[in-house]
Amino acid sequence: MNPAEPILSLRGIGKAFFGNRVLADVSFDVAPGEIIGLVGENGAGKSTLMKILFAMPEIAETGGFEGSIRFDGKDVKFRDSFDALDAGIGMVHQEFSLIPGFTTTENILLNRESLNPSLLKDLFGPRIPTLDRAAMEGRSRKAIAKLGVSLDPDMLIKEMPVGHKQFTEIARELCRENVKLIVLDEPTAVLTESEAEVLLASLRLLARDGIAIIFISHRLREVVELCDRVVVLRDGHKINDFSAQGTSIKEIAALMVGRSVAAQARVDAESQARSVHAHPEADATILSVEGLWVDMPGETVRNVNLDVRKGEILGIGGLAGQGKLGIPNGIMGLSPAGGKVVLNGEPIQLNAPRAALDRSMAFVSEDRRGVGLLLDEGIDWNIAFTAMQVQDKYVKPLLGGLLKWRSDSAMTQLAQEYIKLLEIKCTGPGQRAGALSGGNQQKVCLAKAFALRPDLLFVSEPTRGIDIGAKHVVLETLKKYNQEYGTTIVMISSELEELRSICDRIAIVYEGRIEGILPHTAPLEAFGVLMAGADRDEAPALAGGEN
Amino acid sequence: MEGIKRFTADFGLPRLIITVYLLLLFASAPLVGVNLSASFSDVLIRVGMNGIMVLAMVPMIQSGCGLNFGLSLGVLAGLLGATISIESGVVGMAGFLVAIVVAQSFAALFGFGYGKLLNRVKGGEMMISTYVGFSSVMVMCIAWLVLPFKSPTMIWGYGGEGLRTTISVEGFWRHILDDFLVIRIGENFKFPTGAVLVFILAAFLVWVFFHLKLGTAVTAVGSNATYAKASGINVNRMRIVSVMMSTMLGALGIVVFQQSFGFIQLYDGPLYMAFPAVAAILIGGASVNKATLVHVFIGTLLYQGILTMTPAIFNAVLRVDMSDVIRVIVSNGMILYALTRKMKVAK
Repeated sequence: MNPAEPILSLRGIGKAFFGNRVLADVSFDVAPGEIIGLVGENGAGKSTLMKILFAMPEIAETGGFEGSIRFDGKDVKFRDSFDALDAGIGMVHQEFSLIPGFTTTENILLNRESLNPSLLKDLFGPRIPTLDRAAMEGRSRKAIAKLGVSLDPDMLIKEMPVGHKQFTEIARELCRENVKLIVLDEPTAVLTESEAEVLLASLRLLARDGIAIIFISHRLREVVELCDRVVVLRDGHKINDFSAQGTSIKEIAALMVGRSVAAQARVDAESQARSVHAHPEADATILSVEGLWVDMPGETVRNVNLDVRKGEILGIGGLAGQGKLGIPNGIMGLSPAGGKVVLNGEPIQLNAPRAALDRSMAFVSEDRRGVGLLLDEGIDWNIAFTAMQVQDKYVKPLLGGLLKWRSDSAMTQLAQEYIKLLEIKCTGPGQRAGALSGGNQQKVCLAKAFALRPDLLFVSEPTRGIDIGAKHVVLETLKKYNQEYGTTIVMISSELEELRSICDRIAIVYEGRIEGILPHTAPLEAFGVLMAGADRDEAPALAGGEN
Repeated sequence: MEGIKRFTADFGLPRLIITVYLLLLFASAPLVGVNLSASFSDVLIRVGMNGIMVLAMVPMIQSGCGLNFGLSLGVLAGLLGATISIESGVVGMAGFLVAIVVAQSFAALFGFGYGKLLNRVKGGEMMISTYVGFSSVMVMCIAWLVLPFKSPTMIWGYGGEGLRTTISVEGFWRHILDDFLVIRIGENFKFPTGAVLVFILAAFLVWVFFHLKLGTAVTAVGSNATYAKASGINVNRMRIVSVMMSTMLGALGIVVFQQSFGFIQLYDGPLYMAFPAVAAILIGGASVNKATLVHVFIGTLLYQGILTMTPAIFNAVLRVDMSDVIRVIVSNGMILYALTRKMKVAK
């Protein structure tokens, strides 16, 4: 093979799920021994691209993909992931796929074990012979040695620190005879800083041996440090493909989050037009959070300190998994939490949803179907239930208040009110919430929170998975509600554009902490830098020191 | 054709088949010489006897605890009530009321513990409840022997200790409800007004409960426990409330059953009490997580109808006793069917 020829070349890769385009015309090459950093926001198409490369079943099931893949000098069309593995592509997934009760060696060589020669094998096939443990240990030691780390081949996976598990995963991929390309999906996300350092050194070592690496990470510092080239994806398009030498985190961040110039100008103009001090009480603090930690799976909050001003719309942004969703779930008592949360000068009891509701806070959950709705009940129940239980609304006292009779007519009336106000498309107040479309379900969730008439409203990912029309109504409603009733709103969203379009200030969460708070007028790059966990000094400087 | 399909889907195919089967049984009754009015009367009496135990399924289904296979626990409370009432020597309506009051207190106690247990096994309630039922019946087998009952109508003739397997309530409160305001038409037809009224009253109370704020919260817990928690509901407490209600209705149900049946059956008598009730509400169209009073009424009528009519017709035609075989096939088949398709609710 000609050494100059790329080991992998992707040509015009595109993919749409049910008419929703997630990738369009992505092309790039990977040379042997080269480390490519693949970066982009959530939903930029990184995972889909890797799924296509690996011929995951969901790609074929949803109609295949466009474009062609050339690997190791041949045009390939993998039928399934085993084909891809056989061809010499290794994949280390974000979640560990190891057997906890097996040793390092057993995990590395699973289903590729060395066998003792045996007569029985000829008679009964390859499932009969015993394992050649010595040879297996030799092979796994060799694979571990390639990484340049020390791992005990006999240690059980469940007794290992996470870093070692990650190395075991990589060693497993290396142990294949013909591996030429390894894809690592967020390999450092679970590692401590020093573990990550060791991992990066190992990857450099592998690249020197001629193995190509695709490194997917949100940690831009690592990308800049490790990679030879960086490929930036945004909204399914390849934005840029450039040498990592001489680039900066700032530059990559800007490319990741930047929208088209015209769109940005429009948003900027809109943002500028609004004033932060639209409300007379804008400087009073309604909620102050000190040292909050929340144990929410996948969205751990480590130490959040945050003040919310009365009457503002505060945005909380950040990449997935950094902990932005944990903040409202912790304060509202849905995930185990600790720390100090003070509302209007009085502390809130944590881990007690009722206590939070009683203090006139409300929450629209990001998990509509799991937390937000009674899918089997009507719209009227869904909207009225919380207000009924917490504030005794829509209830008629019977027998001198001994019994609290549910007033179905009051509930229907309430539902009708909100159906009209929020343009909920349905057959009537009695329609099952499960039968509504995503956007209309979201409106029902908002109506449920509005029915409580809260002082402070948390709205989590309000536009996730809903169509543009509904998105517009939802955002407009929030804005209007904030202005008309002076309700303070804390909106958590992955969509920076959305936050910038309605929020007064935007806090960015990184690794369970508030990385920084910027006014909505700050330039996109400043947000990008914060999202990537860059130097704290850099972002405010970009924002022009205004805060 | 579309209309027929939709009707079948809404009404539920099994319920349709059973309804048609029952109608066929009634239609063929005169042909094989079975007395129709006696059959109707039998069905109604059995509905009065069993209805409340079917009703006992509703609270737990609504709160998401699934089918109450541990109904035997309520039945045991009912047996305690009945035996203590007879021991007290109070007869007539007063004796019957003593039985109910005592039964309800035990049921509340048992139900509370049972509810606490079910809160620890969320997701596996139905399997656990089956074994709660079985094991509690066996524990009580020992208790019936050693409890210090003295009434000569109840204890073994020889030895003078321990309760008999079957105790007659004749002379105490046999048919006290069945004969209350009874309507007799002709020689064979009897409408058990009292029992049916008590069934309807119990159903009304359950209906009222589910229209209260508290009942609404219980329903929400069953519909989506996370939603309920996010609305500030104490999910575990709501589940305990529903389990206590179920157990107390079971206790009431068995006392009403006994006054009509005429006997108190101890020892392993309550062992399989839950299954007919479970089968009946499923035939009525309930699913594992949604049940209404309509399901209770239709289900009890259909299930008891089949139970009464099948042996009558089959015995007349085939001259073999198939009744128990048919009963077991229908009730267990129905349970099996419902557990394999959990989500579908018939209207």
